[in-house]
Amino acid sequence: MFRKLHDPGQAALRVYIDGVAVPAEAGESVAAVLLRQEAVWSRLTPVKGSKRAPYCLMGVCFDCLAEVDGVGSVQTCLTTVQDGMRIARQRGKRSLGA
Amino acid sequence: MKPVDLLIVGSGPAGMAAAVTARRTGLDVLVVDEQPAPGGQIWRDIETVAGTERGTLLGAAYLDGRRAAEAFRASGAAYEPGAQLWQIEPGFRGFVTKAGEARIIEARTILLATGAQERPAPFPGWTLPGILTVGAGQILLKNAGQVPAKPVWLAGSGPLMLLYMTQLLKAGGEIAGYLDTTPPGRLSSALRYLPGALRAVGDLFKGIAWSLTLRASGVRRIRHVTDIEAVGTEHLEAIRFRTASGTEETVQADALLVHEGVIPSVHVALALGSAVTWRDDQDCYVPILDAWGESSQPNVFIAGDGAGIAGAKAAALRGEIAALGIATKLGQITPEAAAEASKPARAKLERELALRPFLDALFRPREAIFIPDDETVVCRCEEITAREIRAMARLGRPGPNQVKAFTRAGMGPCQGRQCGYTVTRILAAAEGRSVEEVGFYRIRPPLKPVTLGELASLREPEATS
Repeated sequence: MFRKLHDPGQAALRVYIDGVAVPAEAGESVAAVLLRQEAVWSRLTPVKGSKRAPYCLMGVCFDCLAEVDGVGSVQTCLTTVQDGMRIARQRGKRSLGA
Repeated sequence: MKPVDLLIVGSGPAGMAAAVTARRTGLDVLVVDEQPAPGGQIWRDIETVAGTERGTLLGAAYLDGRRAAEAFRASGAAYEPGAQLWQIEPGFRGFVTKAGEARIIEARTILLATGAQERPAPFPGWTLPGILTVGAGQILLKNAGQVPAKPVWLAGSGPLMLLYMTQLLKAGGEIAGYLDTTPPGRLSSALRYLPGALRAVGDLFKGIAWSLTLRASGVRRIRHVTDIEAVGTEHLEAIRFRTASGTEETVQADALLVHEGVIPSVHVALALGSAVTWRDDQDCYVPILDAWGESSQPNVFIAGDGAGIAGAKAAALRGEIAALGIATKLGQITPEAAAEASKPARAKLERELALRPFLDALFRPREAIFIPDDETVVCRCEEITAREIRAMARLGRPGPNQVKAFTRAGMGPCQGRQCGYTVTRILAAAEGRSVEEVGFYRIRPPLKPVTLGELASLREPEATS
């Protein structure tokens, strides 16, 4: 849905979304990476299972929650990507293990 | 650990300016911010972006942030980015989580510089992936250098909308169309504030320049749009809209950015018991503050857009004034010295505020956004519709807290940041009461979700050394 205006060059990193390797750039948020994917959604709501995607990007809507490196319900708009980061779209409530 | 003299929440224009001024008076200062870098939303990623092509594209008002961030970094204030504040106890004890660990910060005074958020404006389908706020679009441009991949639809009203569209076009992005929701007649009701606004003639010209850029670009602009509906099952597929003259149209769309102005973030202030008042001209609550920015709770100060929307320049000035007030209260400077030192900032602030009544009247949102139709989701977290809220209103004359208890609206992770005002407005309309009388959710800690693990990591502050 979004595209980068520039080539990250030296700042290029790789992260994994649901196990698939995708390019990212140092300094950007996890939510920004999600919004460049074919499927932009970040979570399924706990109540009705509807898809949600990052919406406000400033930490107030909580629709960008996803699992990051094994931790559930992370606000991906407040989380900066790290090389090798593992991001999983969250399905419903945060599980007890995450 | 000795309590810090001043704990500042937020490192945007107000928080940074306050830190710089407070340090100059000799106070020790700690700034916590949930973002990973200083600048707030307006100057997001300023330190990394300022020197790049993207910085130039974002414009002079954005680049102003570079000097502010440099001064902040050089001020000697302690700074904790990536730290979420979730409670403040009287005294004060601030509870903060950073990287999965919680801790307590003791402070003699507090400055809330929590800024603003975009005004939630629910419409049918607004929770679909593919819909973001205009502010989100702009943050993506600042933080990630990214723009919508295909021609994008925009809907709403306000200065940020015009600014973002200008930046987007300059960046090489494409606009499919702009659904301008500014109601007819807003300009004439704003004109009576024009003489005052002319004192801020620079900003006024900036606004006119944005409008002219848009006109010259040939972007399709549909005026006086009254109703918007997003259509789609798992992602936005189409937008249906209607104008004041009754024209209806459906357009295919995969991305829509919406914006209906900004409102102060008052959650922390409300949780602390700082009194607020309803601002009819800005359709929001603002904290009641004295001339130094102190709230009804002693030693709790508020500056920046969180004290009432006035923009970045005013935010920095109010931060400076609040810091002087705090230094006076802590006996660091005399009241006379503070009065003298605050004079230049007060004079500049008066000029900055001169444009506000004009802007508030020109971009006052249409009434319809406050009373969404029955099918519309009001509480995004718990997926509660306007119908469910209205059904509650028919059961008696419940306030927002009863509605919260019975429906769970406002109980999700966002803690009512998206639905609070809508619930209040729906109840006010259904019960024939004023917004002020209906009130707002009682805001309780945790202000942001905290896990049991984070709670378990809490340690009492060490004994005073």
